[in-house]
Parts: sequence; structure tokens; C-alpha cells
Amino acid sequence: MALLEIRDLHAKVGEREILKGIDLTVAAGEVHAIMGPNGSGKSTLAQVLSGRELYQVTGGQVTYDGKDLLALPPEDRAREGVFLAFQYPVEIPGVSNMYFLKAALNTIRKHRNLPELDAMDFLGLIRQRMTAMNMDETLLNRPVNAGFSGGEKKRNEIFQMAVLEPRLAILDETDSGLDIDALKLVAAGVNAMRSAERAMIVVTHYQRLLSEIVPDYVHVLADGRIVKSGGKELALELEEGGYAVLGIQEEAEAVGQR
Amino acid sequence: MTAAAEQIGNWLELFTGHAARHEGAEPWLEKLRENAFARFAEQGFPTTRDEEWRFTNVAPIARTGFRHWHADRLIVTPFAVEELSEEECERHLGRYAAIEQNAFAALNAAFLCTTTAIKVPRGVFTEPIEITYEAGADVTGDPNETAPVAMHPRTLIVVAPGAQCTIVETYKGAGKYFANAVTEIVAGDGAVIDHYKVQLESREAFHVATMQVAVGRSASFTTHNFSLGGALVRNDIGVTLAEGSDATVNGLYLVNGTEHVDNHTVIDHAKPHGTSHELYKGILDGHSIAVFNGRILVRKDAQKTDSKQTNKNLVLSDDAVIDTKPELQIFADDVRCTHGATIGQLDAESLFYMQSRGIGKAQARSLLTQAFAQDIVDRIKVPELRVRLEEVLSERLHEHANY
Ligand SMILES: Nc1ncnc2c1ncn2[C@@H]1O[C@H](COP(=O)(O)OP(=O)(O)OP(=O)(O)O)[C@@H](O)[C@H]1O
Ligand SMILES: [Mg+2]
Repeated sequence: MALLEIRDLHAKVGEREILKGIDLTVAAGEVHAIMGPNGSGKSTLAQVLSGRELYQVTGGQVTYDGKDLLALPPEDRAREGVFLAFQYPVEIPGVSNMYFLKAALNTIRKHRNLPELDAMDFLGLIRQRMTAMNMDETLLNRPVNAGFSGGEKKRNEIFQMAVLEPRLAILDETDSGLDIDALKLVAAGVNAMRSAERAMIVVTHYQRLLSEIVPDYVHVLADGRIVKSGGKELALELEEGGYAVLGIQEEAEAVGQR
Repeated sequence: MTAAAEQIGNWLELFTGHAARHEGAEPWLEKLRENAFARFAEQGFPTTRDEEWRFTNVAPIARTGFRHWHADRLIVTPFAVEELSEEECERHLGRYAAIEQNAFAALNAAFLCTTTAIKVPRGVFTEPIEITYEAGADVTGDPNETAPVAMHPRTLIVVAPGAQCTIVETYKGAGKYFANAVTEIVAGDGAVIDHYKVQLESREAFHVATMQVAVGRSASFTTHNFSLGGALVRNDIGVTLAEGSDATVNGLYLVNGTEHVDNHTVIDHAKPHGTSHELYKGILDGHSIAVFNGRILVRKDAQKTDSKQTNKNLVLSDDAVIDTKPELQIFADDVRCTHGATIGQLDAESLFYMQSRGIGKAQARSLLTQAFAQDIVDRIKVPELRVRLEEVLSERLHEHANY
């Protein structure tokens, strides 16, 4: 059975429908890339899967590991192994990164019937993960994401993923804002976590990430629907011809951004 | 003393008993008490018709028939700190906290008994002067006495020119009682004072406190006021600045249930080149009410004044009410004064971010709330006090989260 099954998912914010019937099946061990023009609903899909209340699900089902995912509050989804690396990580002044991560890890471990880590073991674990992500240790004592550079925020997301060891990781444009070296580092971090038990959904605009993290499937999301799915070569086609090859009008802002 | 007689309840009776017990005291002290009681009787307790008390109704205090009692006092001071002499007491006591417009300060002076009157000599004292006033639930030991007690702790601290010291005042207790405190602090020229008031009264207590500080030339006075308990709490803080002196007036209040806390501050820039910074933060939950009124007075002489005031409130429930009002009264023309107030809720995005990492909603709320308060707590320079307050806060905020 697939780890994640999305069936005809509809969601709106306010009166505006953003997801207009998404179907997607992701099995453990697979990496799926989601591409698509700006404003097509990629982040909305990611946030709906993580349980952001701002988005109202108006139809469809999501089954995760045999459970009705949409019935769970966000914290329970995380405890069950869903992880979202945010496109825009949130700054939380006054809460230290270290404290935050320890609280997160220990609630998740408790949920998995693992003993809580004591301060020493915790520090050992995060040091090791930080080194892998080439992150400055002083970031640990700073408030969560506060004053981090764009690239530091993105690395912090992947670092958190490496510590929390999710079963379904959703990476929303983790490559944006990273310099070339950081991109390689992050990709290596992600690749190191690929395993037969773990699935990943990688949202990106660029082939250059997908040549590092090679996906099993590529999907194109446009106007709230998946309009095309294929193998990794689909991303290459898009890189060359743009979304126009699929007959999709890109929004003006998308063109402006390139 | 008739005008407001109906508003003073059984206080005349209490005062007569009190005066009788203290017969034979120094004449100046007796005169001070008599005069203070007369001022109190003239004014009576304030009502919400008084502009200064518009949002705080003290009827629950006025209506209660109290017994008079003294607070249990614990004082720990560095070795060199001494008691003020009789003569010095006479010179300073009641000179700063005016009683003409403040019925509570008048009442405190009328019932003077638990008095801390000390002087800090020139020198640098890193060990804090710690003064704790505690109300016991059963102070008389008489089981037939069920009326709640009223006590009037009084603190007078005269700091020598150039001296540096830290003062921590703590108020606490159990059950229902009324603590009516007055603190007067005199900072000599060039003195540096770091003052904290930690108000940990019981949830049923009434706490009214007046603090008046006279800051000398080029002296620096910092105070942090923590209001963490009490059914009805009112703080009146007044700081008068001399030439080139500096005041930092910060505070944190935490209210829940039906608690009510009112902070009134007046920073009086009387002379040129003074600076003042004020930051008050409040966390409101349940059906609580908080009032913040910060007046900055810049007198005609006080050119080159630099003053900044901020009040930030975090409102955790739909039923809590905050009234915040800055009052700038500026009579000099070459000054820089800014003020701002905010009222907000917990940030939904931050909450979601934490939940998306597995942190439960209640814990996420309490972490974010604590983060809001942390900013003030981090400014505490006495490490033991900082730790103690962090503990109390995390306890209280946990109660909030589970409210
Ligand atoms: N909170 C919101 N309020 C109003 N509109 C919203 C909100 N969130 C998303 N939208 C709208 O929904 C649409 C989809 O947004 P979404 O962020 O999912 O796009 P995206 O595919 O991730 O785009 P990008 O590639 O730019 O990140 C956009 O038009 C956006 O403006
Ligand atoms: Mg997006």
C-alpha cells in the first residue's frame, strides 16, 4: 500500500478555490518532484498536507500510512512522521533554536515510544547533523530563524528534517535562496536520507536541484490540478521549453522572476 | 474629616486603635500620621469618576472591613547598609510620595509601622538589598478573627551620591488581604540604582503600591516591575529626573481569570538632558483586565530630553480587556519623545510552524507566550532573580495554556 494517497483533493482559502482536485500516490522509497508556475498551488498543497488551518479542505481524501490524514491535528501529523520544509521558514523571536528542536524531537520520540534524549545525547545528535549541514553552531543558541539569512533558514529546515527523521518529507522550494555550494550540501543531506521506508515530495522550479536529487516521478501542477506526470526527463523538457510546451500560460510574475 | 466619611468604612476606628498603640512615638511621626489620616479622610477612596482611576474600581477594597496588621518583613542587605537615623527619617519620610492626591499613600502614612528605612553609603554593592513583605493567612493566631488583614509596608531608601546598588522588593502572601505599600527612593547625584519589584501576591489579594523616586543629577535609576498575582492590583510609579539623569522604567504584568492590574507611571523630566526608556509588556488571559497609563512630563526647563515609551500587550482570550494610554505632556521645544502601544494575539504562523514540528498546541502557545515575556526577563541583571522569575513565569504560563 502506498504511504500517501491523495484523492480528488479540493481546498480553498477564504472564498477562493486553490486546489481543484489533486490526485497523487506516493509509495515509501519514492521521490516525487512537483513543479508548476507561480501561484499554481504547490505550497498550498504542502501546507494542507501538514494541517495548516488557514486552508479549508472542501473535498477529497488523504490517506497516510492507512490513516485519515486530514482528521489529524498538525502536531499529530508531525508525530506520525510528516515533515514540511517551509518555503518561508517562520522566525520565532524569544524561542531558542536548541530548545525548540529538543521539544520537537522529544515529543516525536515519545509518540514513537522511544525514551526522551537527555541533554548530552541530544547535543551529540545535533552536533553531528549540524556538521553534515555545515551549519554554524552558534545558530543553535539563537532564536528560531530570527535574523538568519535566507540560505541559513533553508539549511535549518533540512537540518531539522535530519534530526526529526520523518517518513514523509515535503520540501517546498528548499533550493531557493541557496548558493551553489549550499545547494550541493542540502542535496547531499536529502540524498543521505533517501531510504526504502521514507518518501519525499520535492517542490521546485529548477532542474538543477533535480539533477542532484534525482526524482522517480515528476508532476506538473497548474491552476490547482496535476496536469502532467512523468519520469525525471519531464523536468528536463520543462527546463528547455518552459511550461508552454504543456500549453500552460505562466503567470506574468513567474516570467518576471526568471 | 467628614466630606468622604461614608467612603472610609471602618478606617477611623482602625486608626484610633492604631494611634493608641503607638502613643509616645516621636512627635514628628505622630504629627505625620495624624495629618496623613486627615488627608485620607478628606479624600476617601477614589472612585471611577476620578480620571486617574477611571478603569480601576477600588470598591472591593473600600467595602471590605479589614483588621490592621503588620506585614512579616525579611530583609537581607550588604554589610555596609545602615538604618536611617531618626533625624534622617524625619527629613525624608513622606517627602516624596505625596499624600494630597493619593488616598492610598495617605492611608499608608497614617498606619506607618512596618517601615524599612535604610541608607546606602558610597560604594559599589553587587549583592542586592532584598526586602520581602509577606502576608500570613493567619497572622493573629486568633481563630475568631476572620476579617482579612490590611497592612501598610513602607520602604525608604536613601542612596548616597555616587553609590551603586541593587534593590529587590518582593511582596507575597496567602489568602485574602490588602497590601498597601509605599516606597520612596532617593538617588543621590551620580548614583546608579537597579531596582526590582516582584509582586507575587495571592490570587485573592488586593495590592496597591506607590513608588516615588527622586533621581539626582547624572544619576541612573532602573526599575523592573513584575505584577504576577492579585485580584486587584494598582501600581503608581513616579520618577523625577534631575539634570542629565537617566531612568529606565520597565514592567511585565500577567493576568488571568478575573484579575485586574493597573499600572500608572509618571516620568517627570524636570531638568535638561534627561533620558528615559519605558517598556511595559502585558499578557492577558481569561476575563482579566489590564490598564496601562504612562505619562511622560517634560517641563519647560527640560530641554534635550530624550524619552521613549512602549507598551505591548499579548491578549490570549476574547474576554480579556486592555486599556492602554500614553500621555505626553511636553512643555519644552527641543526634545525627542516617542511612544507606541500594541495589542496583539499569538502569531498563527508561528503556532503552525511549531505544531508542524510535533509540538502540541498548548505547549506551542505557552512557548510563544513565554517568548513574549522573555524580552523583559532577559533584562534582569541579578542571576538568581532571573532564574526564579523564569520558573514562576513558566509555571503561570502553563496554567494559562491549560486555561
Ligand atoms: N492565505 C492566502 N490568502 C489568499 N490567497 C492565498 C493565500 N495563500 C495562497 N493564496 C493564493 O493561492 C494561490 C496558490 O498559492 P501557492 O502559494 O500555493 O502557490 P505556489 O504554487 O506555491 O507558488 P510559488 O511557486 O510562487 O511558491 C496563489 O494565487 C496565492 O495568492
Ligand atoms: Mg510556493
